[in-house]
Amino acid sequence: MSWFTQLLTSSLGKKLVMSLTGLFLILFLPVHLIGNLQLMADDGGESFNLYAKFMTGNPLIKTVSYLLYGFILLHAIQGMLIWKANRGAGGGSSRYQGGKSPTAWSSRQMAGLGMVILVFILLHMWQFWFQMKWGDIGTATYGGVETKDLYTIVQHTFKQWWFVLFYVISMIVIGFHLQHGFQSAFQTLGLNHKKYTPAIKTLGLIYSIIIPLAFAIIPCYILLIK
Amino acid sequence: MKLNLKVWRQANGQGKGKFESYNVDADEHMSFLEMLDVLNQQLIEAGDDPVAFEHDCREGICGACSMVINGRPHGPNAGTTTCQLHMRFFKDGDTIHIEPFRADAFPVIKDLVVDRSAFDRIIESGGYISVNTGQAQDANAIPVEKEQASEAFDAATCIGCGACVAACPNASAMLFVSAKVSHLALMPQGQVEHDKRVQSMVNQMDLEGFGNCSNTYACEAECPKEISADNIARLNRSYLISSLTSD
Ligand code: SF4
Ligand code: FES
Repeated sequence: MSWFTQLLTSSLGKKLVMSLTGLFLILFLPVHLIGNLQLMADDGGESFNLYAKFMTGNPLIKTVSYLLYGFILLHAIQGMLIWKANRGAGGGSSRYQGGKSPTAWSSRQMAGLGMVILVFILLHMWQFWFQMKWGDIGTATYGGVETKDLYTIVQHTFKQWWFVLFYVISMIVIGFHLQHGFQSAFQTLGLNHKKYTPAIKTLGLIYSIIIPLAFAIIPCYILLIK
Repeated sequence: MKLNLKVWRQANGQGKGKFESYNVDADEHMSFLEMLDVLNQQLIEAGDDPVAFEHDCREGICGACSMVINGRPHGPNAGTTTCQLHMRFFKDGDTIHIEPFRADAFPVIKDLVVDRSAFDRIIESGGYISVNTGQAQDANAIPVEKEQASEAFDAATCIGCGACVAACPNASAMLFVSAKVSHLALMPQGQVEHDKRVQSMVNQMDLEGFGNCSNTYACEAECPKEISADNIARLNRSYLISSLTSD
């Protein structure tokens, strides 16, 4: 085995993949959020639609987005493989279950939380990303520039209370997933030192609350106020 | 004090075990193992098979006394081995579940005794320094910073008991391996073989079938020697760097 395959297939290497792809996704979320915030603007969808056009047209962003889809899949598949291997290593399930676990709940539920997030992402991609790319949706024109009218689709979707509920629940799930994942990614990379680890932990906690909260506010605003 | 024990009984590695119920009259000054001695005396007198459990030093330094008490390796107290756990931490009338350390890499031999030779093989794969380091050095002949020395010593207090594996929902051996790598990595004598050691010990750990660490830190919480999970970060870092830089 070459040193590279050896590295990536070892138990530590598998987690390295989880950590690096996870950090990439962590960087992506605020970028996505900035786009979404334009949904709240009162301009008939101009800024949001122009932004969506830019995101699907720019070749650099297109390349990065394919990287992103690849990383989401890699993160999900690798995560499931690790989960399966770990279940097998436990030595039987007849353990006494009455004891109180000394660990954080989210740290033990990463696989389950991750599955919910995967379902959310698939539905999300179908509803918006697929429609934007290949769906037969209407167009809008702003100052002579024609765009697909994703804005109206989103507004329509976010007027359905059950979807907004699912969206908000998914954001809570993502929050818990991030609560463990953020600091865990640094531990796996070996980036641990008393000089900065407390800061990483605090930042991780703030991030895992603020980002999902900001995402969740948007559909709630559209459903209840707009 | 009267106790109701639910003890895991399993005739051998092949058999399927189950919890058996026993009543024991113990004294609050007894250690947990002495309480089990009382149970075994009772069983022997009744002509029954005594409960097999491991013990050696009974003073918290050998790591033999492996068992899970009420779902927690080495029982409810922090930084305490089973042999150092005293019955005064339980109440009259308590029901106590006692079972072996569970992990596929630690197969049950009988009752509470598991085979932890996987740890020995990990040590054999690289957990040593292969040159003769000679007599004990004169103090300060080799300068080592105090903080570094303390960290190395903290890692060296790992008694290889395996509670970290039993505590871990993934049955990962990372805390043990990282402690064994760290106490050498932090000393000048450990540097020369560091990269090779990290690679071999991690490979052996994977071969033994331990699970993948997912940073739940259950190990750190249950370790009777309070080994820090910072050592795991050091192992992660060392493994990545040695993969990228060593020949
Ligand atoms: S790290 Fe702690 S729990 Fe694990 S083997 Fe060493 S002393 Fe036991
Ligand atoms: S018997 Fe030696 S540590 Fe408990």
